[in-house]
Amino acid sequence: MNWTIALPEIVLAVIGLAILVFGVLRKQDNVLLCTMLTVGGFLAAGLLVLNGTRGGGFNGQFLADSFAAFNKVLILAGASLAVILSLDFNDKQGIGRFEFPVLVLFATVGMMIMVSASNLMTLYLGLELQSLALYVLAAFARDDLRSSEAGLKYFVLGGLASGLLLYGISLVYGFSGTMDFAKLASLLTDPLTASPGLIFGVVFVLVGLAFKVSAVPFHMWTPDVYEGAPTSVTVFLATAPKVAAMALFTRVMCGPFGHLVGAWHALIVILSIASMLLGAFTAIGQSNIKRLMAYSSIGHMGFALAGLSVGTADGVRGVLVYMAIYVAMTAGTFACIIAMRRQGRAVEQISDLAGLATNDPWLAMLLAGFMFSLAGIPLMAGFFAKLYVLLAAIEGGSWTLAVVGVLSSVVGAFYYIRIIKVMYFDPAAGAFDRRAPSLSLVAGVTGLFTVLFFLHPAPVVDAANVAAQALFR
Amino acid sequence: MMTVGLGHYLVVSAILLVLGIFGIFLNRKNVIVILMAIELILLSVNLNFVAFSAALGDLAGQVMAMLVLTVAAAEAAIGLAIVVIYFRNRGSIQVEDVNLMKG
Repeated sequence: MNWTIALPEIVLAVIGLAILVFGVLRKQDNVLLCTMLTVGGFLAAGLLVLNGTRGGGFNGQFLADSFAAFNKVLILAGASLAVILSLDFNDKQGIGRFEFPVLVLFATVGMMIMVSASNLMTLYLGLELQSLALYVLAAFARDDLRSSEAGLKYFVLGGLASGLLLYGISLVYGFSGTMDFAKLASLLTDPLTASPGLIFGVVFVLVGLAFKVSAVPFHMWTPDVYEGAPTSVTVFLATAPKVAAMALFTRVMCGPFGHLVGAWHALIVILSIASMLLGAFTAIGQSNIKRLMAYSSIGHMGFALAGLSVGTADGVRGVLVYMAIYVAMTAGTFACIIAMRRQGRAVEQISDLAGLATNDPWLAMLLAGFMFSLAGIPLMAGFFAKLYVLLAAIEGGSWTLAVVGVLSSVVGAFYYIRIIKVMYFDPAAGAFDRRAPSLSLVAGVTGLFTVLFFLHPAPVVDAANVAAQALFR
Repeated sequence: MMTVGLGHYLVVSAILLVLGIFGIFLNRKNVIVILMAIELILLSVNLNFVAFSAALGDLAGQVMAMLVLTVAAAEAAIGLAIVVIYFRNRGSIQVEDVNLMKG
């Protein structure tokens, strides 16, 4: 048996256990050291993913192909950015404990198993490893009422989603006799011969996964959890788990249920249109910037689902490029949000940004860049992300999706540009505290990627293309 | 005399699932009841897996049932821990008091 295909996950899990033991046994303050070790572990795992062997193993439970590799690199990048951002924020909020990077690390191992799953069993175990760590993270500020309420809500709705997903898995297993993706794909070649029980199961699986990517109408936990959780957790929730859930969604829909595209196409189109519209319209009335980012992420998931709904390699390529750019934009925006701090207190109202352009022109410029990109203004990375998915939707014949997508991004531009107006044209409020170098580093790197993506998009797009082709071989 | 077949198991499990979902959404009393409703959903799934496994003569379903039991135990531990810190901060675990953030 070729166990080396799971080497990145194994190495990362062992490193996680080692850091946990180290942190418990060493009595001094060791947050910085444990965080650096975690980032080192992510780097090592990333190198192993890039140079690792490809193929399946573990009796068909695990599959390491180019699709998994692309998403794993993206997940590791998102998790690393989130851990670096957490360092300064947790310290100033008084929640700087070494368990934080360890929990992030175990959630990341779960996500890597999710994107490599080639059996419904592995899928469930990876998903739960990720979710259990995330529930604890959301309630990490244990003396803060809002954080514990966010943890409670996330736990209840996440548990419900897992339950529905499992019920769907049990029906798929019962009516087809297997949980293996490859066998399912060869059994389900014709939608007309699929039994109603099986279609029922596919719908349950789809609902469970829609909960995890927070697509409308299964989005209700997102705004509360994003607002209540500590910002260092919110940035993690908004990046890596979204990539993992979307990759899993794509693999399940295009792999085992790929031939049933006629049965699920309409459902994904509805989810996508509802998410894009709700994300655009409900964000308008928000005054809390974390809550605004929650609605914004719902809208962005709608766009990514538009690419998935086509069910072709072009559509999947669009989804992957979208997620890569989304991670960079979101991590950068949250770096700017974490920098919002007055007299040692974190502030998160949009009105607190007033006059940022005179107080801190660099931060204002970066945040303005991210806002233009999230809105999809041409030449910013966010524009190309939307271009690829909507192009795939048009080529797949879904004109409605493309029209709704363009209209909702026009509405979305209103609230993104309102933030720029507050920063540049409103009378200045008090200046923010000096920002930590780690925040400037993350915001700068992601900002450069977002602004300069159009000069040389080939590496990302080519890698996404290879990954998408691997799914349809 | 009536024999108990696969269909009966599926019906019982579907009823348990619906009870669990309604327990989460219609419950206005206590957060502990919600935790019990989540456990009920997972148990209904387990019943499904075992029944299908017996009917198909395939062991994978029973393996999955074991995995689900283990994960459910871990999930209950984390859920109760979160309820405890919530109670320490709020002084109540009534569902209608979980309303700090609205939207």
